[in-house]
Formats: sequence, C-alpha cells, structure tokens
Amino acid sequence: MTAVETRPDSLADRPEPSAEPKTFLPARDRAQDDDVPPPVPRRAIGAPNADELFARAGAWIAALGMAWLITQRFLPLGGLAWFLIVLLVAGIFMTGLLSSISTTFVEVRDRVAGIVVTAGAVVVGIALVSAVVFVFVRGWKPLTHLNFFTDDMAGVEPKAPFTQGGVLHAIIGTGIQLGIGLAVALPLGVGTAVFMTEVGGRFARIVRTVVEAMTALPSIVAGLFIYTTVILTLGVPRSGLAAGLALGVMMLPIIARAADVVLRVVPGNLREASLALGASRWRTTWNVVLPTARPGLATAVILGVARGVGETSPVLLTSGAANFVQANPLDGAMNSLPLFIYTQVRSGEPHSIGRAFGAAVVLMTLVLALFVLARFVARPRKYRNRPSLRSRVARIRVPRTRTTRNGEAA
Amino acid sequence: MTSLPLADPSAPEAQPRRISRRPTGSDAIFVNVARAIGASVLVITGGVGVFLAWQAVPTLRRYGFSFLTEQRWQPEADIIGIAGVLVGTVSIALVAMFFAFPLALLSALYISEYAPAKIKGLLVSAVDLMAAIPSIVYGLWGFFLMMPHAAELAWWLQRHFGWVPFFKIRGTDADSPVWDTSRYVSSAFCAGIAVAMMVLPMACAVMRQVFSQTPPGEREAALALGATKWGVIRSVVLPFGRGGIIGGTMLGLGRALGETIAVVLIISPAFEIKWNVLETGANSVSALIAVQFGDATPAQLSALLAAGFVLFLITLAVNTLAAVIVNRSRSGADADA
Repeated sequence: MTAVETRPDSLADRPEPSAEPKTFLPARDRAQDDDVPPPVPRRAIGAPNADELFARAGAWIAALGMAWLITQRFLPLGGLAWFLIVLLVAGIFMTGLLSSISTTFVEVRDRVAGIVVTAGAVVVGIALVSAVVFVFVRGWKPLTHLNFFTDDMAGVEPKAPFTQGGVLHAIIGTGIQLGIGLAVALPLGVGTAVFMTEVGGRFARIVRTVVEAMTALPSIVAGLFIYTTVILTLGVPRSGLAAGLALGVMMLPIIARAADVVLRVVPGNLREASLALGASRWRTTWNVVLPTARPGLATAVILGVARGVGETSPVLLTSGAANFVQANPLDGAMNSLPLFIYTQVRSGEPHSIGRAFGAAVVLMTLVLALFVLARFVARPRKYRNRPSLRSRVARIRVPRTRTTRNGEAA
Repeated sequence: MTSLPLADPSAPEAQPRRISRRPTGSDAIFVNVARAIGASVLVITGGVGVFLAWQAVPTLRRYGFSFLTEQRWQPEADIIGIAGVLVGTVSIALVAMFFAFPLALLSALYISEYAPAKIKGLLVSAVDLMAAIPSIVYGLWGFFLMMPHAAELAWWLQRHFGWVPFFKIRGTDADSPVWDTSRYVSSAFCAGIAVAMMVLPMACAVMRQVFSQTPPGEREAALALGATKWGVIRSVVLPFGRGGIIGGTMLGLGRALGETIAVVLIISPAFEIKWNVLETGANSVSALIAVQFGDATPAQLSALLAAGFVLFLITLAVNTLAAVIVNRSRSGADADA
C-alpha cells in the first residue's frame, strides 16, 4: 500500500527550513481525486493504554454477567460446563464488540484470535491436569497401606479390603520385562543408529527406510507377532521373556529412529577434526560422536522406555496375568503394571477398580520419574560437572620463572 | 630470511601415504559389526512385516475379497470379514482427530506465539509429559471420568442435531423424559475422545517444533509492515508451518488408528458398518485382536493376523504420507516427528 496520510496540522506548525525541500510527497486531496486510497489507520503498538485495558476487562465482566443470565435464568443449561462454554462465547463476542468501537477490524480480529488460541491451550491444560489429578484422587487410598507395595495378589479375594494384597508382583514384572526389552532394543537400536549415520551407504538407506516404516507398527500387532512366533511356534509358555521380547520389538524402531535423529545433528566438523588427528572411525564414533550425543541419546532411550512401560497391548497377548511374585522370566505367567490395571478394571469389582487406580498412580509416578530423569540427563552440559570459576583459576599452573631485578630470566 | 631445507640428506625419505577408502584393522571390524547390527535389525523389523503378510495369505486365499467387504465376524459360522471393524477403526480415529486437531493446533500456536517466555519451557515439557502418560491411564480417564459427560453430550447432540445422519441414534427416543444412559455410552464417540487425548500431544509437539523454526526475518518483516500478532501468524507462521501441521496431524492419525487399550476399555464390541458414532457399540481392528486372540483357533489366528496386517498397511501408508509431507515442506526438513 502506498497510502500517505494527510499530515496532521501539528506538523505544519514547524518552522519551515530555509532551503527548498528536495523531495515532497504529493498530498492528494480526497475531495478532488477519487482514486485516493483511504487513509490506513495506524495500529496501536506497545503496551495497552488504560482505555484498552478497561475495554478488555470490561468485556470479560460483561461476559460473566451474560453467561450467568443465559445459563441460570434464560435457558435450562445447568452445569459448570455450559457456563464456561457460554462464558467463552460471550467473552469473544463482547471483546469483539467493545474493541470494534474504538479500533479497526484488524485489531478486533487480533484480539479475538488471541482469546481463541489461549482458550484452546487452556482446554488442553485442563484435560491434562484432569487426567493426572483424577487418577491420583481415585488411587491414593490403596497407597496408604504399606502392603500395597510389599505384597502380591496371591490368594486375595477381589472383594478383600485394601489391607490385603498389593502390586509388588506387577512392579517386579514390569521391571523384568522392561529389562529384557531394553536388553534387546538398546544395543540394537543405538547400534543401528550408529550404522545409519556413521557407516552409511546404500544398505544403510534401506535399513533406515524399513526402520522408519516399522515405527508405524501398531503395538498390538507387535504383540501378535511374538504371540504367534515365540509362543505358538516355538512353544515358549506365556512368560516374562515373551512379554519382554514383545516390548523389545515394539521399542526397537522407536529407539533406533530417535537415536538416528540425535546422531545426525552431531556437527560434522567434530568428526572431521577427530579423523584429521588420525583417529580411526571406531575411535571417532566412540570418543567423539557418542559422547557429544549422549544427552540426546539418553533422552531418546528414556522416552522410548516411558512408552514401553505404559504399553498394555503387547503384554496383554504375551505375558499372561499371574497374581503372585514371579521373578523368573522363563517360568510361566508374569504380571506387569499396565496388565494388572487392565485386568482389575475389567473385573468390575469396586475394590479391584480401586487397586487398579492405585497401580495407575504407581505407573504414572514411574513414568514421571523417568521423564524427570530424561530432562535431567538432557540438560545442557554447562550446568553439570563444571567446577566453579575459583577452582578452575586455582588449578592453572603458572610456570615458575625466577626473574632478576631488571626483568631478565635467570 | 627463511629457507626450507628442501634437500636435507639426513631426513628420512618421505613416503606418500596410501589413501584408500577401504577400512582396515579396527575400522574394518567397526564397519562390519555396525553393518551386521543394521542387517539384524532389518531382519527383525522387516521380518515382522513379511511374517504378517505371509500369515495373512491363507485367510485371504480362503475368504478372498469378501474378507475386506464382509462386516460380520462369526468364526463359528465361517463368516469372517473386517469391513465393520475397519469402518469402526476409521470412525474412532476421525472422531479423535476432530477433537485433537484444533486443540493441538491452538495449543501449539499458544506455546510458540503467545506464551510468556518464562513458562514456555514448562509448557513444552508438559506436552512431552502428556505424550508419555500411558494409554491405559487415558483409558481409565475416558472410561470413568469422561464417558458420563460424553453420553450427556451425545444425548444433547441427538436432541438438537438428530437430523445430521451420523448423530442419529437408533432405538432411542431423544425426547423421552428419562434418557436411557446405556444407549449412549461405549460408543465410538466416547472412545474417540480418549484416543484424542493420546494423539493430541504428539500432533502438538510436531506443530510446535515447526512453528518455532519460522525464520525470524520473515516474522520481523511482517511486524515491520504493521501486522498484528494474528497477522504474523496468518501470513507467516501458518503458511511456513503448513507441512508440519499436515504431517503432525497425520502422524497423530496413524497413532489413533492403532490405539488398542483405551478403545478396548471403552467400547462394547459390535460388528457392523455404522457411521452413527454416538450410538453404543463400535469396534476397531486392534480391539478385535485384543479381545479375540485368546481363544482363537489357528485359522482364526490367521484371520486376526490378516486383520493386523491390513491395519499395519493403513498406518504405514498414513505415516509414510506424513513423513513425505513433513520432509517436502520448507519447514520440516529437520523436524523429528
């Protein structure tokens, strides 16, 4: 737009410079020229002024009143949810109305968009918080009994109170199955990522394509694969080993792909510097590439584990649900936390459901701990293991030279 | 003056180093071990796909094309088809995306554009944490907390928008004074809401990452031209992030199609093609596998594997398309999805 605003009079009051101006803007007159574009109003920049603040606050107060009036007096819309929905709609409407009095359409749209975007984020936040809080509120009761952590469900009636039985077997089972899964997925996954980034070649591209494709594998299908091959064909009973393998098959592409992404962003000049110093490719990978990518790799692995911990469907098909502590992964059915939750909820007994929620709290705490660990490991290097400035200064060795009085070294 | 002793007779003879790309010694071991690991992973992961396809052959040979078009699943009557469960899978996923897409887009925009710098990192962590919460927890949330409200919403929708074909609920009277709750729960709609919670953080994370890569120059150019915040978003951020928006949504869709446990917890199984998502009873391929595998004969197991294979092909197609879109777009070149 080449619109030129007609200068306000205050500028015309300036003393004219003595010299003739070199350039001038032809201020076209609207009265004579129909082609003049309408003047573009400037939009307010910077902090909102009192007028704006008043309009914003006032819009929401008006919306509050409207929402109350509509939901409580005019229409039979009981409940908090309706009130909030009407409040949001009225807030958007009133903000638009009030700001359209004082500003332009562009600004009105900006404010309305801001409200809509913020409201969407708030809805997501409420949903997340409600999920976490709901599970904790329903599940804290069994956790108050210590036997929930130290006992298993062997011989415990479904209707038994919370003072009997616990989830120790499920916690142990989750640990063992995850260990087996990681023993499969971690070396193979990181090894594949090293192969794809450090060795490369046509074959590596094929592997990358297949690995990326297999991240699409639904977890239930991974479980079904292990169920058909390991359990039905090889005759291994439903056990911790089978469940661990299913988790491993599920986590392998996830970890390999995430590790590949992390290794690819290691700067190439670090590799080149190491190779130029005469290091072999293995040394370069082991001493330069992997240490550089260590925080990212740890995050990739831990997030893969967090995904594996909570997966129910592969375990559902492969582990069988024991109700006693089973520490041997080769010896028959074993339970795990997600499977325990699933079976207890399906039973429909109120106390079983209570235990399921208790186990869900344990599971969520586990995931949360893994998550915090991932954040901690992924912190930038500078905050960790770095001695203070004073100790570093103290460690600098100053070469001792005796100097004579006139400054020459003796 | 400096002089280079070019012909120093006492210096040892300089031999040009042999330059070869062929790895020797420890390098050769490294390269070959890495290649072996890559090959074994290729065998394992590729093996799953090949195995599924191979196992599906007897079923597809026996039932032919009707396996894909028959909607009943009655192994005892030798009628097996996955049309019903496929439609159920798709409708649950579509309901999930209907909720997840706008919310993911809005929250990604909020985090990247509106959130104060102080809490931005916290919000990013919160979204990642949301992605890490086990699906069974969302299943519990959906079953115990969400479903009564969802049923109420379904009732309301039926009363006021009953003329929309897929809001119709057969066998109920919308105007009855006492509403029959059992006809409104356990529907594809309820399952879709729980699945939406699972795919939302995934889609949101991809979108946010792409938005955060918007070139600051273009952003500032828009601001310098007098654009409002929304103007910047509409004219710079959204066009730049279009690939990420589409790709993130499709990745979420791929996850939604394969989701099992929340769906199993919520739905009550039904084997028919139906698009009325509010009506009780639905099914999905993964829920079918989870419920039926236990007492399946070898022939039925083959049928389940075939169903799993079809599901895998669909998710593979969706994910591949998403990856292509993200990679092709200007923004997504190095976004890890």
